[in-house]
Amino acid sequence: MSAILIFLALITGIAGWWLARQRLMSKPWLEAGTVNAFPQTEAPLTHPAKIGLGVFLAVVGTLFALFISAYFMRMVYDDWQAPPMPRLLWLNTGMLVLASVSLQCAVVAAHKDQLDNLKLALLAGALTSVAFLGGQLLAWRDLAAEGYFAAENPAVSFFYLITAMHGLHVIGGLVVLGRTNVRVWLGEKSSKLVLSTELCAMYWHVLLIVWLVLFAVLMGWAAGFIDVCRRLLS
Amino acid sequence: MVDVTPHGADFIPPAEVAEAELYHPHSWWTRYVFSQDAKVIAIQYAGTALGIGLVALVLSWLMRLKLAFPDTFSFITPDAYYQFMTMHGMIMVIYLLTALFLGGFGNYLIPLMVGARDMVFPYVNMLSYWIYLLAVLVLVGSFFAPGGPTGAGWTLYPPQAILSGTPGGQDWGIILMLVSLILFIIGFTMGGLNYVVTVLQGRTRGMTLMRLPLTVWGIFTATVMALLAFPALFVACVMMLFDRIIGSSFFMPAIVEMGEQLPHNGGSPIMFQHLFWFFGHPEVYIVALPAFGIVSDLISTHARKNIFGYRMMVWAIIGIGALSFVVWAHHMYVSGMHPYFGFFFATTTLIIAVPTAIKVYNWVLTLWRGDIHLTIPMLFALAFIVTFVNGGLTGLFLGNVVVDVPLSDTMFVVAHFHMVMGVAPILVIFGAIYHWYPKITGRMLNEWMGRFHFWVTFVGAYLIFFPMHYVGLVGVPRRYPELGDTAFIPPSVHTLNEFITVAALTVGFAQMVFLFNLIWSIRHGRHAGDNPWGAATLEWQTAGTPPPHGNFGKELPVVYRWAYDYSVPGAPEDFIPQNDPGPLTQGRPA
Repeated sequence: MSAILIFLALITGIAGWWLARQRLMSKPWLEAGTVNAFPQTEAPLTHPAKIGLGVFLAVVGTLFALFISAYFMRMVYDDWQAPPMPRLLWLNTGMLVLASVSLQCAVVAAHKDQLDNLKLALLAGALTSVAFLGGQLLAWRDLAAEGYFAAENPAVSFFYLITAMHGLHVIGGLVVLGRTNVRVWLGEKSSKLVLSTELCAMYWHVLLIVWLVLFAVLMGWAAGFIDVCRRLLS
Repeated sequence: MVDVTPHGADFIPPAEVAEAELYHPHSWWTRYVFSQDAKVIAIQYAGTALGIGLVALVLSWLMRLKLAFPDTFSFITPDAYYQFMTMHGMIMVIYLLTALFLGGFGNYLIPLMVGARDMVFPYVNMLSYWIYLLAVLVLVGSFFAPGGPTGAGWTLYPPQAILSGTPGGQDWGIILMLVSLILFIIGFTMGGLNYVVTVLQGRTRGMTLMRLPLTVWGIFTATVMALLAFPALFVACVMMLFDRIIGSSFFMPAIVEMGEQLPHNGGSPIMFQHLFWFFGHPEVYIVALPAFGIVSDLISTHARKNIFGYRMMVWAIIGIGALSFVVWAHHMYVSGMHPYFGFFFATTTLIIAVPTAIKVYNWVLTLWRGDIHLTIPMLFALAFIVTFVNGGLTGLFLGNVVVDVPLSDTMFVVAHFHMVMGVAPILVIFGAIYHWYPKITGRMLNEWMGRFHFWVTFVGAYLIFFPMHYVGLVGVPRRYPELGDTAFIPPSVHTLNEFITVAALTVGFAQMVFLFNLIWSIRHGRHAGDNPWGAATLEWQTAGTPPPHGNFGKELPVVYRWAYDYSVPGAPEDFIPQNDPGPLTQGRPA
């Protein structure tokens, strides 16, 4: 359960930092009056959708931290045999990085009101994400062709399970990104698309980080890293 | 009280963010069925939860009948008993308590109490309810599936949960159970995002965090915890589905069943226990924190006195929420853990008693020299304090490894957790329904039916669960459908069992009176008016009762004070609503 506890410590840190700015030490029973006195404790100006997505991404992070925890708990048993990782995963990782970069470009374009660049960047983001998903499917096929099926060994089961979970989250994001794409091609003003574009970019960045961590875990680097940590501690 | 408005600031600056546009329904369907109004969604959530809770109540009667009169009720087979037990636990903990506190009270009270027109994402909120309903339907469907529902116990421990010896293990039961849980978690996450972001973003002008009613604090913190804890159950369910359907070995060790080697190999059942209880223990507080919050408001309002130690109450809620994530393994003392590991978790478990005790002291000190009105909500609140202390004390016993090991798997544990997270939160739910029903329907619930309901429920619950502690101390194991002739079980236990069953049926009858009251009072109850209890929080200051779509009239209220200005010296009434500028308009007090 180490992965999830580390993740939750991070979340607790953020929550604590935020709470520390909310005047938790104040004595509300002694203070009556209008809001002017404590402007910093008003509801933030950020769009609710952004905060909502932030909270949701914390939940997504928890989910994957738990999968990783389970992975580490299970891998210490004798029957664990990690399959050879398809080399295609490197290409897929590149695709996801490209998607993230394109969406960041889209955000810049949306802010600068450059409609053509926005169209191009959103489309590139969607296409590279689809390419990522296709690549993951091919990686599954490669692995299955070599005789590693989901029930064969827990390491293989974990590979299918974790990549499928991550893929489902990308698909969910693609639905929203697809809608944003349609809206921009239908000629909606780019000022109205700023929020959607920013949300998509934020979601993709986090999914990329999640994937990089998962990739490290699946490739076995993370386990080596943890081994080193353990030796340093003991 | 000091006026903290900066000198010379007579007007309130307009909000920098324009009000979000409110969704307006156009047809009967979008108004009452596929509604995006949090109040309607709340009633849908509560109705569904109470409906499925009724099923769980009936299941508990059947279990009690089998325990008391095993021969008369021989048609309840051990398999059926396990199925009833599993479904009773699962429904009560997740589909009733979690859904009712967060989906029901959360949806109704958060927007009203923080001064918002609705939740921030109404459409997602609506989806949340319909997915919850789907989860409930899948659960109900498992009763009609071949082989019946799962009988694995509400903890669904592998390997037994998916073996053929357990009812539903190799049939549809366990699959439908897991699918239903996964759906519930997806639906809950949608709702939970709403509750959290509405508290963060939807607060009206002047509603600082430290002016929130404790009900909102409780529901808010519980929702944050649920958002972080439910993924653990999600992961466990998905992985168990893999084990069950495609025969992987996440949790399943090598097993020979009926002389046949199963395909699983090397899996770790303990891993499931870790994942399950990483969700399961916070779940206790996900149910308890909203109850804590609501009970604080009930006590303060009905004792006409400000809550004692508001700051401490808030800190305690936050502290309990954080601590509850590092105590999960106290449910696993008998799983063969390292002694130091058990020591660590026993310590954290006992530390939680500190913030919890702070809360109990503060409730009692709020009552101290208050103008206590023994209204029905107040009776339930008082009953909650007593019951919670009672259940909490046995929790201190069980939190210690050496005490837990012999008592584990006895009826003592059953009595403990029913007291602390069964009866106690349910008493708060009843109190809260009696308290807010006038706001929801515009009518009071019938007083005499209510008092009958309270006394039978409160006294009856003690008659059920108090003796059960002794049954457990004698060593009677839990999960056994009948005891048979066992040397160490004295005949008095059998008599006690019959007594408990009679008490349980009586309490069950009282709930029927309550349900009748709920329906009867919609038409025949006394008119309540806008603020029958003289409460200070915003939901009682709406533009009409029940509150209209959009909650508050043209203008959102502006908040000038905290939620507990009761019996303020010099004030014209014994309460000052949160949106009342009060003496400030006449001139500043020194």
